[in-house]
Amino acid sequence: MSTAVAAEATTDEKKWKMIDARIRRRGNSPDSLIEVLHAVQEAFGYLEPDVLEYVGNALGVPPSRVYGVATFYSLFMLKPQGEHTVIVCTGTACYINHASALLGRMHDRLGIKPGETSEDGQVSLLTARCLGACSMAPAMVVDGNVQGRVEPDGIDRILEGLRS
Amino acid sequence: MTDIAEREATPETAEPIRACANVCEAAGCMSLDAEKVLEAISGRIAERGLTGLAVKRVGCLRLCAAGPLVEIPERGQMFESVDPTSPESVDRVVDALDGIGGGRSTADDPFFARQVRIVLANSGLVDPEEIDDYIAHGGYQALTQAVTTLRPYEVLEEIVHSGLRGRGGAGYPTGLKWRTVAKASSPDVKYVICNADEGDPGAFMDRSVLESVPQQVLEGMAIAGYAVGATHGYIYVRAEYPLAVKRLRLAIRQAERANLLGSNIADTSFSFDIDIRIGAGAFVCGEETALIASVEGRRGTPRPRPPFPAQSGLWERPTLINNVETFANVSSIIRRGATWYRAIGTPKSAGTKVFALAGRVVNTGLIEVPMGVTLRDIVFDIGGGIIGGAEFKAVQTGGPSGGCIPAEFLDMSVDYESLAQAGSIMGSGGMIVMDETSCMVDVAKYFMDFCRDESCGKCVPCRVGTVQLYDLLDKITKGEAVPADLATLESLADMVKSTSLCGLGQSAPNPIFSTLRYFRDEYVSHIEDRICPAGVCTMTSAVTV
Repeated sequence: MSTAVAAEATTDEKKWKMIDARIRRRGNSPDSLIEVLHAVQEAFGYLEPDVLEYVGNALGVPPSRVYGVATFYSLFMLKPQGEHTVIVCTGTACYINHASALLGRMHDRLGIKPGETSEDGQVSLLTARCLGACSMAPAMVVDGNVQGRVEPDGIDRILEGLRS
Repeated sequence: MTDIAEREATPETAEPIRACANVCEAAGCMSLDAEKVLEAISGRIAERGLTGLAVKRVGCLRLCAAGPLVEIPERGQMFESVDPTSPESVDRVVDALDGIGGGRSTADDPFFARQVRIVLANSGLVDPEEIDDYIAHGGYQALTQAVTTLRPYEVLEEIVHSGLRGRGGAGYPTGLKWRTVAKASSPDVKYVICNADEGDPGAFMDRSVLESVPQQVLEGMAIAGYAVGATHGYIYVRAEYPLAVKRLRLAIRQAERANLLGSNIADTSFSFDIDIRIGAGAFVCGEETALIASVEGRRGTPRPRPPFPAQSGLWERPTLINNVETFANVSSIIRRGATWYRAIGTPKSAGTKVFALAGRVVNTGLIEVPMGVTLRDIVFDIGGGIIGGAEFKAVQTGGPSGGCIPAEFLDMSVDYESLAQAGSIMGSGGMIVMDETSCMVDVAKYFMDFCRDESCGKCVPCRVGTVQLYDLLDKITKGEAVPADLATLESLADMVKSTSLCGLGQSAPNPIFSTLRYFRDEYVSHIEDRICPAGVCTMTSAVTV
């Protein structure tokens, strides 16, 4: 086993310990399913089929229900995400202030639509129903940071920032 | 507790504080580096060797469009767009603290002067991360007063008499809901749930309240728990609001440590604890039965009512569900009395309402106004009018469940009944101002796109109906519709409204109804002339006959 693989295995182990701790803290209770899925996604970035099965077993929830919950809520990701995440808000204030132009520019630059990841695996594009940042419309979130009053030209700058 | 209040009021520093710079650290200003603003001001005060001046973190200062914001309450001044990297910008604030020069006067500015603050009274005044600061400003007085001197039914009757109505949108009398839960029998426990799943696009009132005065919401929930006989509370927050979640967690920990939540609150026999549940991006979870399903860890799909949650809710126990703003009103009502509260607003809609004012308006931000104020006052006086002096076209309230109100209603009083009469709803408080650059058919299509996407799929009228309605609107905006489509649109909208299972489907056609009522000519011109009067929609080039 190379050192890199070994290191990855150790961090994975740590993540699993954290998730197990979370499950235990809630007494393996079935009603903690959503909370546990949040914890798993935070640790691994998305929800793998194996992980869903593991969580279901730990909480005593049948696989159909785990999968049902994971697919019902739009924040849960069943596919690996890109290195960076760009979320364009499509709330009413952003819509009125032309958020669609931002999505258009993202498509021009990366050829991706909301829900897709660029071919090089660098950028995932998502939309949000409303970030509550209406006073800064149109708004987007780039790797967790809210950016307000973005012009389509600002997209170019943001994407360059992500690549450097 | 009284000790803390006194200690806070007289700080132990040698020199009394002459003025304090309150730096807004709610999400809007935070994303514009508000934390650095605080550091820069405090650093500059030290550098210049000034004494008797303070700087602190506070919640939302409301004029979100002009962040980062700093207010000096002692001087009645607001500073906009403070730049932490610019020495001049920082010095302007420090000079004003020291009594030289100033910023925007809050006393003369209609944006601030015309607001009446109950829910937001402490927003921008107290540190949202310090329970002691909240207590120093009268926080938790109402709860301690209630549990030590009032009986539960006395608290309940006070809320009934205040005339408070649900601020989540429907406006059901809060006191009646409390009474139903109080009267309901349970084999063991009852629950209180705070609905903080603020999902309407264009609404950020609850987010700001939670980020600014989390303790006030917790206090309201605990008082409710005492009144209805509940011992456990849940607060269901959207995952999209991480700062609100962080501050709530902190607030709960601090309140437990101060014996204001948890077992034997204020050394009485009343115990009440609060847990946080985080949503995962489903709009329908704002509907109470769907929210309950989600708290139970299941898919957030609604179920038919009755039984109402007040009789059988969370784990089939009597459950009181109120919205964030409703709970945030409770402590003031208990402290100052129902008669005081009732005198504010209109006879049928008592108190104030917080709105998130946004869209094509100059002063976007958070406002709290007494019920009964006119739309014109909100848009033109408080809001400062339309950006670039453009012409006002409509104001949208109630999000995807609401409607668009045209210029002819500008002098209408803003209260539950008037808004309903005008074909919209009060809603949770999103208020989006539109000018002539908005196409009303496209607006209806925007909201229908939202509803079609967020429909949970449980009942057919909503699942299929919203898709069909969207397709019809899409045809119209592309110039592909025929006059008969308009009749189909109307009858289908009627069907979805009258046969859907929950509020999402029942109200989904509202944007269509209101735009058809006031802007029918725009629909007709898309269909018959293939022209979008606002120039928003692109018509397809070839017409197939």
